[in-house]
Amino acid sequence: MTDSNHIQGRIDWITVGFYVLFVGMGWLNIYSAVYSPDAPLAFSDSAFYDSNAGKQLVWIGTSFVLIICILVIDFRFFESFALFIYLGLLLLLITVPFLGVTINGSHSWFKFGSVTIQPAEFAKTATALLLAKYLNDPLVNLSKFPFQWKAALIIGIPMLLIIGSNETGSALVFASFLILLYREGLPGVYPALFIGGIVLFVSALLVPAWIILLALVILAGLLVLFMPIYMQRDPKTYLRLSGAIAVIMTLALLVDWVVNNVLKEHQRNRIRVLIDPGFDPRGLGYQVTQSKIAIGSGGFWGKGFLGGTQTKFDFVPEQSTDMVFCTIGEEHGFVGVMLMIICFLGFLWRLMYLADLQRSRFARAYGFGLVGILFFHFLVNIGMTIGLMPIMGIPLPFFSYGGSSLWSFTILLFIFLKLDSHRSDMLSR
Amino acid sequence: MFTQRRNLIFLFFGIVGAIFIGKLFFLQVIDDTYEKAADNNAIRKIIQIPFRGEVYDRFGKLIVYNTPVYDLYMIPRKAVVKDTNHFCRVFRVTKEYFIKTTQRARAYSRVKPSLFLKHLSKEDFASVQDAMVDFPGFFFETNAFRTYQSHSFSNALGYVAEISPTALLDQKDDYYRQGDYVGISGIESFYEETLRGQRGVKYRMVNSNGVEKGDYKNGSLNINPVSGNNLYTSIDLAIQEYADSLMQHKVGSLVAIEPSTGEILAMVSAPSYDASQLTGNNFSKYYQQLALDPMKPLLNRPPSAYYRPGSTFKLVQALVGQQLGFIGPGTVFSHAGAPVKCHGHGPVDLRGAIRVSCNPYFYHAFRKMIYDNTTGDTYERSAKGLQRWADLVANFGFGRKLGVDLGNEKKGILPNVEYYNSVYKGEKMWKFSNIYSISIGEGEIVVSPLKMANLAAIIANRGWYIPPHVVKGIGLQKSIDPFYKTPVKVGVDAKYFNVVIDGMEDAVTHGTVEADGRIPDIKMVGKTGTSQNQKGKDHSIFIAFAPRDNPKIAIAVFVENAGFGGSAAAPIASLVVEKYLKRKVDRKAVETKFMNMNYLPNVYSVTRKKAVPDSTKK
Ligand SMILES: [Zn+2]
Repeated sequence: MTDSNHIQGRIDWITVGFYVLFVGMGWLNIYSAVYSPDAPLAFSDSAFYDSNAGKQLVWIGTSFVLIICILVIDFRFFESFALFIYLGLLLLLITVPFLGVTINGSHSWFKFGSVTIQPAEFAKTATALLLAKYLNDPLVNLSKFPFQWKAALIIGIPMLLIIGSNETGSALVFASFLILLYREGLPGVYPALFIGGIVLFVSALLVPAWIILLALVILAGLLVLFMPIYMQRDPKTYLRLSGAIAVIMTLALLVDWVVNNVLKEHQRNRIRVLIDPGFDPRGLGYQVTQSKIAIGSGGFWGKGFLGGTQTKFDFVPEQSTDMVFCTIGEEHGFVGVMLMIICFLGFLWRLMYLADLQRSRFARAYGFGLVGILFFHFLVNIGMTIGLMPIMGIPLPFFSYGGSSLWSFTILLFIFLKLDSHRSDMLSR
Repeated sequence: MFTQRRNLIFLFFGIVGAIFIGKLFFLQVIDDTYEKAADNNAIRKIIQIPFRGEVYDRFGKLIVYNTPVYDLYMIPRKAVVKDTNHFCRVFRVTKEYFIKTTQRARAYSRVKPSLFLKHLSKEDFASVQDAMVDFPGFFFETNAFRTYQSHSFSNALGYVAEISPTALLDQKDDYYRQGDYVGISGIESFYEETLRGQRGVKYRMVNSNGVEKGDYKNGSLNINPVSGNNLYTSIDLAIQEYADSLMQHKVGSLVAIEPSTGEILAMVSAPSYDASQLTGNNFSKYYQQLALDPMKPLLNRPPSAYYRPGSTFKLVQALVGQQLGFIGPGTVFSHAGAPVKCHGHGPVDLRGAIRVSCNPYFYHAFRKMIYDNTTGDTYERSAKGLQRWADLVANFGFGRKLGVDLGNEKKGILPNVEYYNSVYKGEKMWKFSNIYSISIGEGEIVVSPLKMANLAAIIANRGWYIPPHVVKGIGLQKSIDPFYKTPVKVGVDAKYFNVVIDGMEDAVTHGTVEADGRIPDIKMVGKTGTSQNQKGKDHSIFIAFAPRDNPKIAIAVFVENAGFGGSAAAPIASLVVEKYLKRKVDRKAVETKFMNMNYLPNVYSVTRKKAVPDSTKK
């Protein structure tokens, strides 16, 4: 029943174009990071395939095979088997501490021959599928608490398992499902609380608690000053306002306590580096400073392709994986990174536009899950390279070097494109 | 439903994007602290190998130091030699060498540097400097090779050579690259990480023509090399060289230890080799020759050769027998009933037994130690007795490593219950009559010369030793592992040593030691040994310390196939002791005699029979 002959006509070529653009740009940056003018490598050279650029070319080739596989699978498979895929990944996440191998200090990889796979990378796709399937039931109403709770359970289990294997960065990605849930009817107060919580968290780190209190009081005063007269006269207003201040203040103190007592040393340091880049200049601060120097030295127009000097010789740690944005910044300058950011936002807009065209809630929810995940990576990855976010091991989708990362984003994206190509076949429930 | 939320979400995305672009505009366009000059230069990473630590003797005399040399490297992809003949003339290599080396470098990697020519001297380096502009893709790295002040002490020092391909693969921390030098044996290997120092890294800016344009980032990322730590050994170079000269034309070992500190004063392995020929371009030829030599000059015999201790082991029996309470100074045994041979003399007490090295005495003493427990049959009693005996003997360092700071120490064999059970394939398969040879240091017991020198130190100290060591101080602080400062007690009370030392004194003055082994004005006490060796003449062994009161030197000498212990090993030991204590030797005739004494024909006759001289196999 799979109508594969028509896939070509229906697949969204604009999105595919973005994908090819990003993967291609990413590869050129990885090539540039390993390129040495002392000793340029040619494709014919066997040493080339030992370099990151050579290996990434192999990953790109295999991704193409994955795309073909996804496109020929029956589109209903993804919804029907969402639960099995999800449970299968949970099993992998549970067994990886026992059967896995350690790479770069993280014991969360499976090794098959020379190929290493990190199940955490694929868990977000599985979670998006199951969440979308759950929401496909028209009775599910995210403004009601029992449904919220079940959705939270679907997200929370893999997230906790990933935290358990010490991959905090990969676990935080699951927060991005808030975007999916918000689009599907979760009251706006949740994302507002989430963002407010982060703001509070950062300010609790930056300034002493009494300044937050003072700021809150001044804010309340301004609020009172500008609110309608009838509210000013109502004594309940003041009661509510002071109640809100008390709640926020308690939260701020709680955050303070969590930061100082619950977070581990290395986690606290990662956040501290944001505020004080001079701290630990050889360790964590080094990475942020080097990455900023690399980007900053790019200037307005950049140094040109292969012209970067900072991003060579591993001055910037994790050059091709998590810090690939530095190479763009150094070699293509402000113009390059601005175009890249605009392109990425355009890509996200296109995906949201497609998602809203879906007739089935499953495909739509999955689309927004995809958008959320991509956005979260974009936010954290670029944020950390320019010193706005703490250092977390999170790759830039499609750009970063690495098989697990490229494969998982390719699968994530092309499942959606497959669903989208069949949107007229799907029943709107 | 909720379709307007897409716009809200995108608004949020847009705000984040705008913040990023704003921050990037600030970083890249407004803030120019990150802008730098000379951005279009490439950077070359240069590894700087530090000088390896030097080695000194106990009086601060230099033993090993470094001579700088220059190694020529090539990067095949960048190397362009327009005129091969000109190149070969400049570097004085043949055209075949040029072609062969270039091909090998290309096969290894086209982009990574390969060693092209090793060890150019300072003068050669200066002479080719001007020609280097004609040869892009070639560059020099400074290196150094070990230079030896003395031709002595080579085996314990060890040598430095290029890291082997297997060691390169096996290394844990990825420190060494192909062509790097690493300590292979002796203290060069044992103290490798101390000696090698910390490698430096230099980032140099290079323009597109390969011309260096200064340090990258004003050198802020450079790491200066840190020279290796010097080693201050306890070796007395004068004594070492003297001992070496006495051990020429012989196969064997000589170890001298300062009893109060465990410091090794001299350590000779004969035959030896010339370490200075193992540096530089001569390495492979000379190494080949040494490796094939049947006399095994590369083996460091003192810690790793295997011998039976022979009669010197009777000293241990005398001490352990007393401690276990089976014999005392007044215990007398006759020759009757013992299956071991002796010379014609009457019954002797313990002191006399040591003086004349009476085999039946120690047979009877050992029998008492093994059988004096009342339960079980003779098999069970033998096992019980042997275990009690072996536990105490092990404290002397037999059957285990002493922990000397030389990589190749061997454990030796101290036969215990477990050992005989495996030899006789089961429990209760052996008893005293099967094992009595070890009572006189024959049979299954196997020791190294180092262990026997340590035994002499234990007796000199009356019951303790400090683990013998060659290095007494590392680096500027002259620090040392506390292991080499801590005395080890052997579990035999000091009072039991008196009669043993008396016996050793008698052995030198009017016992088994011949006249050549006596020093007129120094009271040296010692014990001879003759290690049975079925493949040829016996090995001659002597252990001693001197002076008797307040001992300054403990010594063990092993000479292979030289016969009776009193005739070869004892005179050599006495000469070294005399030289150490008086800084001169008055007995010139004895000195000349033993320097010229040649025992090699005996050894050759053994090796020609295809036997290994230091083997313990029966
Ligand atoms: Zn006798």
